[in-house]
Amino acid sequence: MTQIAIASGKGGTGKSTVACNMALALANLGGKVTIADCDVEEPNIHLFLKGGETGREDVTVPVPVIDKKRCQYCGKCSDFCKFHAISVFPGNALIFPGLCHSCGGCRLVCPENAITEVPRNVGVIVRARPVDGINLITGILDEGEHSSVPVITAVKNTLAEEDISIIDCAPGTSCNMVSAVRGCDYCILVTEPTPFGLHDLALAVETLKKINVRCGVVINKSACSDRIIEEYCSAGRIRVLGKIPYDDRIARTYSEGKAIVTEIPDLVAVFSSIYDKTKKEVCTQ
Amino acid sequence: MDICITATSDNLDGMMDERFGRCKYFIFVDPVTMKYRAVPNTSINESSGAGIASATTVLKNSPSAIITGLIGGNAMEVLKAANARVYTCQNRTVREAVGMYNDGKLESIEAPNNKK
Repeated sequence: MTQIAIASGKGGTGKSTVACNMALALANLGGKVTIADCDVEEPNIHLFLKGGETGREDVTVPVPVIDKKRCQYCGKCSDFCKFHAISVFPGNALIFPGLCHSCGGCRLVCPENAITEVPRNVGVIVRARPVDGINLITGILDEGEHSSVPVITAVKNTLAEEDISIIDCAPGTSCNMVSAVRGCDYCILVTEPTPFGLHDLALAVETLKKINVRCGVVINKSACSDRIIEEYCSAGRIRVLGKIPYDDRIARTYSEGKAIVTEIPDLVAVFSSIYDKTKKEVCTQ
Repeated sequence: MDICITATSDNLDGMMDERFGRCKYFIFVDPVTMKYRAVPNTSINESSGAGIASATTVLKNSPSAIITGLIGGNAMEVLKAANARVYTCQNRTVREAVGMYNDGKLESIEAPNNKK
């Protein structure tokens, strides 16, 4: 099993574009690939690879409930909880499930065994087969939830014995990106040749070093200013895996919710080449 | 029985703190003798749950009334679960607020009032 994460640092650089089109290029050659949409706050792969839903399941996290017959209102659980999800005062105890981070500590410190855990829904996983050769697994976080990580983890846990998995991550370098990228064999960082793109690319590269995931770079909206990215990559010995041209046709295709490789045949080679180079990088581990 | 006032400093002549969850001090004072003690609010820098933590701290001291400026939904839920009496007051010193409480001039509140 090979897991390739696609991340970026800066938002809107083309992560989903690369994920979708690379998968399609691969499927068109008879390959089998799973895309995991781990940008669970705003998943978007399904806008380009539509339909074919085969099932969905809830994502839950454990939260405490207190048996008030056993509780002596000692307050140890409340003192323990760093997130103040439990309030205990003389004669009563209250739980705020929305603040709970599901560490289970309250249950462990309770001397009366008065605390048990029940599941609470925080999101959903949707499984689909939008085209032959592609399985799409989309994580969707419920509105108002504070943490994406349980949904991202649940999506990643569905990735079983597939040939290749492409994991589309959230932008930035927060917990959401880290939990999606961690454990992957390789990470493609999609950037654009602007000072902002470079700045956030560097943050992403530093993050990946800390969690020991190797990376290469794809320059999207490639034009005359590619040099700023290329100089950075060459200084850090980071492979440039490919360039997607700055092209009106791509913007138009994207705005219509269509895939580049099915609409613009002369760009298919761009995405199959990105995949080939990534595969080589993965193999030279 | 003591009452609790949210305060910006640790004495009776300092101003009240209008925030409940992130007030600097809780002052527990006997409204008859004016004997008091100030408890620093340890949840002032919490990223979340400050209101719940503050309410829990206050309730451990079982005050007969709580006087603050603005209070949020979670803190109010905790205080209501304990049947605590909550009064609102602003721009007064702690001593003035106690005087108004003694004179029955404070407005009691049943619902959170921190929504702009």
